[in-house]
Amino acid sequence: MRELFPANQVIGFVASLALTVIALLVYFLDMSFTVGMVVLLLTAFTQAGLQLVVFMHAGESPDSDSIYLNTYYGIFIALAIVFGSLLAMVWGY
Amino acid sequence: MEFFKQFAVPNPTPTIYLSMVAIGLTLIAVLAGITYFKKWGYLWSEWLTTVDHKRIGIMYLISALLMLFRGGVDALMMRAQTSMPGNELLSAAEYNEIFTTHGVVMIFFMAMAFITALMNFVVPLQIGARDVAFPRLNALSFWLYFMGAMLFNLSFVIGGSPSSGWTSYFPLAGNELSPHIGTNYYMIALQIAGLGTLITGINFIVTIFKMRAPGMKLMKMPLFTWSALITNLLITFAFPVLTVALAMGTMDRLFGTHFFTMDNGGMAMLWANFFWVWGHPEVYILVLPAFGIYSEVISTFSKRNLYGYTSMVVSIVVISTLAFLVWVHHFFTMGQGALVNSIFSITTMAIAIPTGIKIFNWLFTMWKGKIQFTVPMLYSLGFIPIFTIGGVTGVMLGIASADYQYHNTMFLVAHFHLVIIPGVVFAMLAGMTYWWPKMFGFMLNERIGKWAFWNIAIGTCLAFFPMFISGLDGQARRMYTYSEVAGFGIWNLLSFFGALGLAMGFILIVFNVYYSARYASRDIGDDPWDARTLEWATRTPVPEYNFAVTPQVDSREPLWDSKYEGKTLFKEEIKDIHMPNNSGQPFIMTIFFFVAGFGLVFSMWPVVYVAAAGIAVLLFIRSFERDDGRHIHAEEVRETENNKRGDTR
Repeated sequence: MRELFPANQVIGFVASLALTVIALLVYFLDMSFTVGMVVLLLTAFTQAGLQLVVFMHAGESPDSDSIYLNTYYGIFIALAIVFGSLLAMVWGY
Repeated sequence: MEFFKQFAVPNPTPTIYLSMVAIGLTLIAVLAGITYFKKWGYLWSEWLTTVDHKRIGIMYLISALLMLFRGGVDALMMRAQTSMPGNELLSAAEYNEIFTTHGVVMIFFMAMAFITALMNFVVPLQIGARDVAFPRLNALSFWLYFMGAMLFNLSFVIGGSPSSGWTSYFPLAGNELSPHIGTNYYMIALQIAGLGTLITGINFIVTIFKMRAPGMKLMKMPLFTWSALITNLLITFAFPVLTVALAMGTMDRLFGTHFFTMDNGGMAMLWANFFWVWGHPEVYILVLPAFGIYSEVISTFSKRNLYGYTSMVVSIVVISTLAFLVWVHHFFTMGQGALVNSIFSITTMAIAIPTGIKIFNWLFTMWKGKIQFTVPMLYSLGFIPIFTIGGVTGVMLGIASADYQYHNTMFLVAHFHLVIIPGVVFAMLAGMTYWWPKMFGFMLNERIGKWAFWNIAIGTCLAFFPMFISGLDGQARRMYTYSEVAGFGIWNLLSFFGALGLAMGFILIVFNVYYSARYASRDIGDDPWDARTLEWATRTPVPEYNFAVTPQVDSREPLWDSKYEGKTLFKEEIKDIHMPNNSGQPFIMTIFFFVAGFGLVFSMWPVVYVAAAGIAVLLFIRSFERDDGRHIHAEEVRETENNKRGDTR
């Protein structure tokens, strides 16, 4: 029975719904801009990771290594661009 | 009449009117010629609708050579204008347009097309595949690039060319300081061509990851394929930045947003930042395939396997990461603090390490090798010293404090030309000469090729070495004239002679193509250079299915091993081969892109709406189309193979 029940998918589905609700709360509850942005950023990236791993099967194909490597590379470059730009244009200016 | 006024060129001169007439006449002659020789059907079914990576590669090659001609003429005009103090050959406005189009054409439409040409033709052959992963997307890539290039070149005669430099810095490129539509051409044409490049990037990553011949592990791939993989990875991660920056710039210019304006919260410097976040990886997008080509050529003509394969791969990967961490060095003088400049100065210098590893590996490959001085090898040998001079001066520019002295002088111009010409142009010419027999079934004449090489190598040195001196003496870049007392005259005159040498080299290359097409032997076999990798294991000219039987690989140099170690490459029987169908959709869709782009440039909204609807309809048709490709039957393949054998042996 355990093999037949898609536990991962169900948990993933519930978790993604929960993340959506938490993100929505930023709109409905009265919180400061900083807190709101932190909540949105955290939920957004967790949501993206969840979708990639659970529903887009990133880890299940034979070339999951290169998929993860590409993803990490992409994250690294995104962070470098965002924080590098902030450094050059705002903090270090 | 009011309607047509917007299409007028802002600074018309007799030369531009003459060019208009010449372009019009050429166009009519070409169309009439095709009609007269009844070639429309052939053109449509064999080229415009093709999804064959080899034909797409050849179309890229032809476009790149045309754009090399166009960008080269721009360069000649610039050098002619500055060859004497106080020269009045060109006006300031014309000079601005010419250096802008020279840069854009050479980088986006020549160099990018040239590397894509060679990647298209060679990579699937090198990994033993029948085509790229998404053949129809590949055709779409080419036509997007082609239409982008044509749209950009149209600016010469309709509406006027952009004139704020190939970097198109805001606020200069904004509506206030560049009120003319020229910069719209820049934004829109690059957006269209860039879309094509991005699709190529994804296509080739999938191709190389998924379609290698059995047994070809990642660490058994030829170095050109490795460099192509990393290049396309860079494309996929860098080009979206350009896409976003161009979209923001377009909105600033067409819809009055304030991303890069000086007021209302805009930040003009952000354009420079975005441009170079893309622009620095772009440098490596251009130079990495070149490194791959040199690795193939040097190993083939030294008759040795490549020295330090693993360190070559590692250094490419390290370069690809560092490429994203150095972009601020393009604007050290923009006003950010010493800390920021120091950080990016250090990352910049770090790039010299993996590059140095590669240079030494090539030298060690040649060490004790049996070197053959063929034309591709000459370009590779010429590359090493000239590129090193360009690279060392790059390290000088990378010292942030010293850069305040060099910034935007001719010293910088000398540096990047001495990197890009040996690093990209030499490599592309080497690659073109090297793979030419595979593409066209005959070899380029070695004697004329060597003449061309010497003209180009000496021309490059003569054209750009003097700029180091005049730059240190204070000649600013993009200056259309100078007075006699400045003392730049002699250096610029030498430069002009160098440019003439380069032009002579180009003419010799064109003549070589004509001469060899006419007189060269067609009986060259499949492997005229005695090479080492899979692309030479198939027949010449390459049949549309590339390999009758998928090769099985168990080393880095499968062809060499099958020739000299007695290993068998082709173990299976000939079976039915599954191939993709041709399609006219990519071509038609990009015509809509062209029209939409033209409409956007001139803010003619009805045109944009209609063309955008056309694109949408084609996307819709494609989504619901069923196309399972076709099969070439084993019988037919056997027949083709037998005929080829009769032809060449």
